[in-house]
Amino acid sequence: MPRRQDLHRIMVIGSGPIVIGQACEFDYSGTQACTVLRREGFEISLVNSNPATIMTDPSFADRTYIEPLTPASVLAVIEREKPDAILPTLGGQTGLNVSVALAESGELDRLGVRLIGASLEAIHMAEDRSGFQRAMRDAGLDVPRSGTATTVEGALALGPELGFPVIVRASFTLGGGGSGFAADAAELATTASRGLAASPVGEILIEESIAGWKEFELEVMRDGADDAVIVCSIENVDPMGVHTGDSITVAPQMTLTDREYQQMRDAAIQVLRVIGVETGGSNVQFAVDPRTGRQVVIEMNPRVSRSSALASKATGFPIAKIAALLAVGYRLEEIRNDITRETPAAFEPTLDYVVVKVPRFAFEKFPEASPVLGSTMKSVGEVMAIGRTFREALGKAWRGIEKEPLGSGWPDGRGAGSLDALAVGSEDRLHRIGAALATGHGVDEVAAASDVDPWFVDQIARTVEEASGVRGRPLSMLGAGDLRAAKRAGLGDAAIAGLTGATEAAVRRHRDALGVSPVFKTVDTCAGEFPASTPYHYSTYEETDEVRPAERPRVVILGAGPNRIGQGIEFDYACVHAAFALEEAGFESVMLNSNPETVSTDYDTSSRLYFEPLAPEDVLAVCRRETPVGVIAQFGGQTPLRLARTLQEEGFTILGTPPDAIDLAEDRGKFAEVLAELAIPAPPHGEARTMAEAREVASRIGYPVVVRPSYVLGGRAMEIVYDDDELERFVRSAAEASPDHPVLVDRFLEGAIEVDVDAVVDAHGDVFVGAVMEHIEEAGVHSGDSSCQIPPATLSDDELDTIEDIARRLGRRLGVVGLLNLQLAVKDERIWVLEANPRASRTVPFVSKVIGVSLARVATLVLTGASLEDLRGRGVVPTAAHHYRHLPYTSVKAAVLPFGRFEGADTILGPEMRSTGEVMGIDADSGMALAKAMVAAGHALPVSGTVFVSVANRDKRAIVFPAKRLADLGFRLMATRGTAGVLERAGIPVERVAKVSEADDNVAARITAGDIDLVINTPFGRAPRTDGSRIRTASATAGVPCITTLPGVFAAVRGIETLMGEPTEPRSIQEHHAAAVAGPSQGRLRFEPPSGAGP
Amino acid sequence: MSGAAALLALEDGTTYRGTAIGAEGESFGEVVCNTAMAGYQEVLTDPSYAGQIVAMTAPQQGNYGIADEDDESWGVQVAGFVVREASRRASSWRADRTLQDALAGAGVVAIEGLDTRALTLTVRERGAMRAAISTVDLDPPSLVARVGTSPGMAGADLARTVTTSAPYAAADLVGPAAPDHGPILRVAAYDLGMKRNILRLLAAHGIETTVFPAQTPAAEVAAGEFEGVFFSNGPGDPAATAYGIAACRDLLGKVPIFGICLGNQMLGLALGGRTYKMAFGHRGVNHPVQDLATGAVAITSHNHGFAVDPAAWTRDAEGYAVTDHGRVHLSHWNLNDGTLEGMRCLDVPAFSVQYHPEAAPGPHDAVPLFAEFRAAMEAV
Ligand SMILES: Nc1ncnc2c1ncn2[C@@H]1O[C@H](COP(=O)(O)OP(=O)(O)O)[C@@H](O)[C@H]1O
Ligand SMILES: Nc1ncnc2c1ncn2[C@@H]1O[C@H](COP(=O)(O)OP(=O)(O)O)[C@@H](O)[C@H]1O
Ligand SMILES: [Mg+2]
Ligand SMILES: [Mg+2]
Repeated sequence: MPRRQDLHRIMVIGSGPIVIGQACEFDYSGTQACTVLRREGFEISLVNSNPATIMTDPSFADRTYIEPLTPASVLAVIEREKPDAILPTLGGQTGLNVSVALAESGELDRLGVRLIGASLEAIHMAEDRSGFQRAMRDAGLDVPRSGTATTVEGALALGPELGFPVIVRASFTLGGGGSGFAADAAELATTASRGLAASPVGEILIEESIAGWKEFELEVMRDGADDAVIVCSIENVDPMGVHTGDSITVAPQMTLTDREYQQMRDAAIQVLRVIGVETGGSNVQFAVDPRTGRQVVIEMNPRVSRSSALASKATGFPIAKIAALLAVGYRLEEIRNDITRETPAAFEPTLDYVVVKVPRFAFEKFPEASPVLGSTMKSVGEVMAIGRTFREALGKAWRGIEKEPLGSGWPDGRGAGSLDALAVGSEDRLHRIGAALATGHGVDEVAAASDVDPWFVDQIARTVEEASGVRGRPLSMLGAGDLRAAKRAGLGDAAIAGLTGATEAAVRRHRDALGVSPVFKTVDTCAGEFPASTPYHYSTYEETDEVRPAERPRVVILGAGPNRIGQGIEFDYACVHAAFALEEAGFESVMLNSNPETVSTDYDTSSRLYFEPLAPEDVLAVCRRETPVGVIAQFGGQTPLRLARTLQEEGFTILGTPPDAIDLAEDRGKFAEVLAELAIPAPPHGEARTMAEAREVASRIGYPVVVRPSYVLGGRAMEIVYDDDELERFVRSAAEASPDHPVLVDRFLEGAIEVDVDAVVDAHGDVFVGAVMEHIEEAGVHSGDSSCQIPPATLSDDELDTIEDIARRLGRRLGVVGLLNLQLAVKDERIWVLEANPRASRTVPFVSKVIGVSLARVATLVLTGASLEDLRGRGVVPTAAHHYRHLPYTSVKAAVLPFGRFEGADTILGPEMRSTGEVMGIDADSGMALAKAMVAAGHALPVSGTVFVSVANRDKRAIVFPAKRLADLGFRLMATRGTAGVLERAGIPVERVAKVSEADDNVAARITAGDIDLVINTPFGRAPRTDGSRIRTASATAGVPCITTLPGVFAAVRGIETLMGEPTEPRSIQEHHAAAVAGPSQGRLRFEPPSGAGP
Repeated sequence: MSGAAALLALEDGTTYRGTAIGAEGESFGEVVCNTAMAGYQEVLTDPSYAGQIVAMTAPQQGNYGIADEDDESWGVQVAGFVVREASRRASSWRADRTLQDALAGAGVVAIEGLDTRALTLTVRERGAMRAAISTVDLDPPSLVARVGTSPGMAGADLARTVTTSAPYAAADLVGPAAPDHGPILRVAAYDLGMKRNILRLLAAHGIETTVFPAQTPAAEVAAGEFEGVFFSNGPGDPAATAYGIAACRDLLGKVPIFGICLGNQMLGLALGGRTYKMAFGHRGVNHPVQDLATGAVAITSHNHGFAVDPAAWTRDAEGYAVTDHGRVHLSHWNLNDGTLEGMRCLDVPAFSVQYHPEAAPGPHDAVPLFAEFRAAMEAV
């Protein structure tokens, strides 16, 4: 069957903002789909609300809509685009659920739009957990015993019947959303109600718990002719009970005989047939009883998933790309295997290496939340590592995770808890297992206690034995054989350093002296049976190397490693554009990264791909192999910046901003001197290495102050403190964050407007200011968590001129070449500089999308020798000054926070970044842009109902105006004593409600009961367990939008007004950009009350 | 690494040092690579590997140990075994022993700890070679020299060395034929090195099989009035297996015939065709084979170093091969490299495939061929 002829225009739906359980793997799959379908001659319209994605770049689709992924707004786009078909299977759960909603509402039929890739029936049968189990049983496949419930009572009835413990699983959710274990009726009641709330269809499955069984996943592809292949098998090291996304996993499966594996293979293919996935990729999850071998089906996802991204990277088989081709009619046998070029895609990849995935968690940012792993996914990212053995790969993965002490290898007996504690899943369980083994517990004992398969435990035991063989020996006594054995056991240089008491650098030099260094092998899908044409490599301590000589000069791009809060997909966006731009400039781009979700680790993105941890030994090995003309360290966030110095010392050229300049900007002490020298205002500040120093600095500059460690990203361990006691508490946690650097104390500029700037500086000191972004929330809310807009809302042209001038002077003085990000605060007619980041920032993709110029591309061309002058000449950089100020549309970026995942976490925004992703709203009408951003971020603004208001004293006067406006718009107001008084005095009708501390029928209860549609609560300070924090957590759990800043309130009111008015027609960003070239600037959106109103 | 030192030497002079994981001593044979990720036990016990030193491309082997019930014959058949790493521990509720114990117990010399990917690429480039593993002669030049004087695969008649010594009833080994397929059919199977799963699947399709030694004359089988004859897989050079070819030629047209692997080559040669030795061979469980009759693609289990040459016959207008037993549809093709993987005679009841529908190890996609055999017998 060749390509379908009845389709011309296809709409691809993305997955929206990065959230826990749904990350950039869907940018990878969507980007692949768009690329390959356009190559096939289809016209592609794309909808996605996430500006940080590659797929939303104007060049990847014919028309790109950055719009909220709600049925309503997607429908509006469909009405306008009139596609022949929608591809719903590449946009994760979000894309799938939106498509389902539109199909069910009958709108797709009305508009004659087909779903390709998966039918509505198939999606239903797969996603509706009880329907799925019924189908499995009918097909003679084994599943755990279970029952369905739509009420808590129903659930409670099932508990005893199935026998506790049971697990609750919600339909149409992802990342284990709304699922959880219950050991008794009481627990079941709470878990069940949470599950019912989480399921869009209000249905949950109550199921016998088989926690402790072995867990597996198979990635299956099926084509329209019913030919099916298994792309990859994945085995979880963590047993059933820990979500696959939070489990350490390995590919291929390690512990099943061919007999059991083939039984699983047959079942997986049968599942696709039963569910009726005509074409495309699906993943099927299984559990196996380690005592009897009984196999049960856990679930299947009728779409590409995070594990299919992992499988694609692990095998070299591009699942999303091929799924897209199958969806338009091709057969597997008609599609070529990119890597061998000779053989067809109708085959099963075979691996001659071992792949390990380790998840990255962010519990340190949610101290209130439990770090115990369960059936609900909590990890925010992951690394993948390739080695020739499980031990080698696992060791590389630990290095890649960039999280001490997990990275520096294997523990001795210290920290070994009780054996029983091994049953509890946690981010360091394997280390605790290592510790237990080191203290003399046997493999079987440990395996029994942890339910981790004895094979994996024995692998860890082998590494632990290797480590204890090295421990305590002086480095000089280790011969080539010892080092080789240690490396093959997965011990990194840092680990060996720890064991021998030497430095990491010393270990590296000793290795070099003895000639113990890795070689590079190739990922070729066929274990060497056929020659591979794609240079996709991994390092290993083996004999022969396979890297082919290059034709052109090479530039190495250091990626950002695992996604984490503060360093996510935005940085991958910059790296990918760097790769494209390098090709354009005539270089071979060499990508080095360890994050399997990304577009940067797609072998199609760069000329050469090295799947390696971003640790010194691994990066150096690649650089020595490739002998690049230069290394780009400024696009991968903070990670590569830390490596720049080492690389330079080893004789490699860092393109652009040199390490010294990086220091000048990153070391806040030195940076303050630069600011002083340039007479640029900065908040009064001081450094402290001891508590005493800190107290004295604080009293000198006066409270409130901001405390923070230097060299961190995402405002890690950063706090605003109001008195000595708080100071004491935080200096401790802050000091931990980076031992060898002092704690910094700054005067906190209260109530200041915060501003972000992204600019490119060339070698001649010429500066291109991409845009100045004005934050909606005041300074004090981390730039990564606050909303911002282009063009700026309230800043005057003079202020903007001053800001741009500061950017120019700083860029030159610091010696920046390439990207520069500035954060400033505007207060009391003055402009203060908060920090300068000599690297790609989180806002680079947002700015690029808004102004229609890829800053990363511009920067890369500058790094490889072009001047901004040339680039203006070539039309790469706009010639018009202040391009961003005069756009005929407004763009608003809003952050998405993961509070729903971390029960009990307070939702108030602060200087420590906690958001996982971002969305963008763009519209000719500024109010609509704002509303779209909020809706896309999941704060569905109500257009009627009840608003609860409770604000800090300092906000009480300012709240009157927006409250009045809401009342006029027909909302009912509800408030607690203090605020109610203020509103009543202003003549605004308001219902009083009890504080949490006052009565049982209090505001929190009303929120939970669903009586409140919008919560306004501005906190003062950050004391936990106050009324405020209770209110905020209640709204987070109940999913009621909760606004915690005054400017946020003004913005929301503006958004609500717009939503109550006429909807505007969606426009593609290609159209917006075209308009920008001509169109006149519009009046800028203002948040502050018109004069007269309010105080 | 604990065990004794061992050396692997190839005909072309390449040598690899490693550690012994099996018996002490040395073994000579043709070095071949198998790309299956699981299934080492079925590989070790597959008689088709007689005379071969098998290197597994998947680095970690022995993880789930050895479960005796999974053996594909009476014991380990390979001449030698090569892995990157053998698990010191067997993890499976069915395991009876570790891989190392099974190898040592069978007196098979085996080696671990070498760069098996480097080995694989060498063999891919230079073609199948004679080789040796030794734990006694660790001097590269000397072992290479002795490899040079060892016999090769071409012209080797190995089926006679692995076949059964006397006829026996498959039921004794794999239980009675399944009754739920209609009348029980009786089949004579030429054991050229037969895998047990073939017998299991024949029985599962309601076929009662009597297994005969490789050199049994056709007349003796014909006298048994069987409803079908099966030619099994097996080791060595098909061209050197004259008795098998003769038997197949004599029985062609008299009774439905089904051949697998060496059996496919027997049929090809009986039809007046040619076989040739492949450079690298097919050894793995991921090869796509298309059946032109249906267009369906099956992912199949392979183990062959020889193949039937499709150019041996002239073709008629429809593209069928013209043989002295009538028209033959060259029906199955390997989508990776275009190797002929199977044929169906159109004028006599006979068909065969070069790959392994019985799997073990590998996918079950091609199992329906056993039903096709049954149907062929019911048709006469
Ligand atoms: N019956 C069960 N007993 C124990 N653990 C289970 C059971 N069912 C699922 N789990 C665990 O919950 C996790 C999430 O379940 P799953 O259905 O895969 O949710 P999602 O669709 O979000 O991936 C699984 O990875 C598994 O570890
Ligand atoms: N002196 C200050 N006054 C007010 N707010 C500040 C001050 N310093 C930092 N902040 C707030 O803290 C946030 C994080 O600080 P920043 O220096 O940008 O840390 P990071 O390096 O993590 O981005 C800023 O976005 C800003 O909102
Ligand atoms: Mg799952
Ligand atoms: Mg910042």
